[in-house]
Amino acid sequence: MRRILSILLENEPGALSRIVGLFSQRGYNIESLTVAKTDDESLSRITISTRGDQRVLEQITKQVNKLVDVLKVRELTERPNVEREVVLVKMLAENNEQREEIKRCSDIFRGQIIDVTAKVYTVQLLGTSEKVEAFIDVMRENGSIIETVRSGVVGIGRGDKALKP
Amino acid sequence: MNNDERPMLTGAQMVVKSLEDLGVKYLFGYPGGAVLDIYDALFEHQSIEHILVRHEQAAVHAADGYARSTGDVGSVLVTSGPGATNTITGIATAYMDSIPLVVLSGQVPTTVIGEDAFQETDMVGCSRPIVKHSFLVKRAEDIPEAIAKAYYIARTGRPGPVVVDLPKDIVSPLIKAPYYLPKEINIRSYKPSTKGHPRQIKKAVDVLCKAKRPVLYTGGGIISAEASAELTALAEKLNAPVTNTLMGLGGISGVHPQYVGMLGMHGTYEANKTMHNADVIFAVGARFDDRVTNNVTKFCPNATIVHVDVDPTSISKTIQAHVPVVGEAKRVLQQVLELMEHENVTNDKDEMARWWNQIDQWREVDSLGYTKSADKIMPQQVVECLYEVTNGDAYVTSDVGQHQMFAAMYYPFKKPRQWINSGGLGTMGFGLPAAMGVKLAFPDSYVACVTGDGSIQMNIQELATCMQYGIPVKIININNSSLGMVKQWQSMFYDGRHSHSYMDSLPDFVKLAEAYGHVGMRVSDPRELKSVMEKAFAMKDKLVFLDINVDPSAHVYPMQVKGGTIDDMVLASKDGENK
Repeated sequence: MRRILSILLENEPGALSRIVGLFSQRGYNIESLTVAKTDDESLSRITISTRGDQRVLEQITKQVNKLVDVLKVRELTERPNVEREVVLVKMLAENNEQREEIKRCSDIFRGQIIDVTAKVYTVQLLGTSEKVEAFIDVMRENGSIIETVRSGVVGIGRGDKALKP
Repeated sequence: MNNDERPMLTGAQMVVKSLEDLGVKYLFGYPGGAVLDIYDALFEHQSIEHILVRHEQAAVHAADGYARSTGDVGSVLVTSGPGATNTITGIATAYMDSIPLVVLSGQVPTTVIGEDAFQETDMVGCSRPIVKHSFLVKRAEDIPEAIAKAYYIARTGRPGPVVVDLPKDIVSPLIKAPYYLPKEINIRSYKPSTKGHPRQIKKAVDVLCKAKRPVLYTGGGIISAEASAELTALAEKLNAPVTNTLMGLGGISGVHPQYVGMLGMHGTYEANKTMHNADVIFAVGARFDDRVTNNVTKFCPNATIVHVDVDPTSISKTIQAHVPVVGEAKRVLQQVLELMEHENVTNDKDEMARWWNQIDQWREVDSLGYTKSADKIMPQQVVECLYEVTNGDAYVTSDVGQHQMFAAMYYPFKKPRQWINSGGLGTMGFGLPAAMGVKLAFPDSYVACVTGDGSIQMNIQELATCMQYGIPVKIININNSSLGMVKQWQSMFYDGRHSHSYMDSLPDFVKLAEAYGHVGMRVSDPRELKSVMEKAFAMKDKLVFLDINVDPSAHVYPMQVKGGTIDDMVLASKDGENK
């Protein structure tokens, strides 16, 4: 089962490598990982998408919590939450047929064409990971993908609860 | 203290001053380019005694032995590059056994980090998976705080090793900065829990009092938390049997009537039987290691498991706990005792009598019994003789292999911290340097390193360190001219194909000891064993290397059958064959 972990940790050199190292050392997988400082610049927030049953998740959460740099860990998927991911898809757009198809699909998914050159369109899409994947599938079937890049998922719990020190 | 009152020191002076102010007595180390300035600051220093080892791995093991025997944090100082990487095995050893250490490593100047400079190694990176935490200090003024935090982190919560990497330019004599060592450490992201949650304590007490066949299964957490008295009190209050892990030996006296021996792969018959048949397992400071559980899917099927540990990750990692209690062993045991006292509850004494009746039957199997020989010394006999000669009062360090198991099984440890071995990592070469650390801490006590002809050669160079500093440990070399444990497995599981487990061309250990300036003795006749050992221990100021030729065919029994239940065991029969 897919799970999203939110981690609040000290914004210090080496802190990220401890998290990543822990996952590889203990054989946990990482589907995506995003990291950036928070509104409080002394802290970073990491969002990790991983897979595992409840027992594995409990171990991961405890192991991450044990790292000295980590202040808080929460499994976002335990409670109501919102998640978003950005994908940029670069498509071959050499003729009208291709260009129209890209435009049509982007509109259906509420994507935006954010860069245009003579032979290439780049489309941006924002949504849940599921939506991003559906979009990539459609683009693959209905056009010619040159490359894609995904941001990895970020998520936040709903309501007034927050991951704070 | 305001800034004007803070003395201006160089980074190197701050390192030494911080250690001094933190009460460090012994620093085990080895100099080199990146730490020359620190060594210069140490020169003729009064309060810290530096012990120059002969290999950095031994510095860590020595500091580890010091830490295990005293409960204080062990301290190590090494240079960058190979000096740092040589500490890795020692750090991993301490990490696996939760031993508090601080390893100060030199580093190339910050200006050239990442440029593959001479003797550069990313020490923080190399050691990351095997440390509790680490620091790469970038400014001289940050040194005291980093070192103070390192000692705090090393000794609190679940103890462990901490690395402090010190680039050469920040310890340079050219830069001075105000010295200030924080008295109180407050790390917002690090708050180890000490007390158990009252609701969980209540549940634990309920389960314990209802138990008909309880067992207290305790490990290294009892030793590191100094919880021996509380454990003994609880055991006596309940009249419950106690078994200790390899790391927990001495947590309750090895001669206590309720002690059923070590459990696990080479545990006693009665310990493993008691575990398997228990209806409640009260685990404290133990982690259901694979060398204890055997096949986890068949582990103690009828037991309700209460698991007390200071480290939440240890709970339900391999075996699901029914009642998890996060907290320090000492504090939690006190809470349990207080609650039982307060509510005036205890268990059913008649049930306990029935339980003991059963356990006593298992004891009658005499699973540690072995057959002596008229002309060959049995390894078990060596350890029993050591117990007699030292009145059971020695600090015993060991290496890894058959001799380690024999020492654990045949020397009943009466007190915590008496038994010092590499349990988790299983590091050959640990015993001698660890014994140095113990002997420095307890110069008036017997300190014996029980080792084998394989292990002792892994750090034998430390005989020189022992000579330089006058560290008169006794080396009990159980010599079977082979890597006994490897050979035993090959005999049992590989059709006797003894692939590379025979030690050809062993050195003459007596002459070798003498070459280092020590005393060497050899014994092969069982009739002479005791008198030779007495002679060795009578030489209080001498390191004696006692080379004891034993029966090389001896196996360690009992032994669990791989893949079975905890009590699925092979026992030694009295005629030397398996049964």
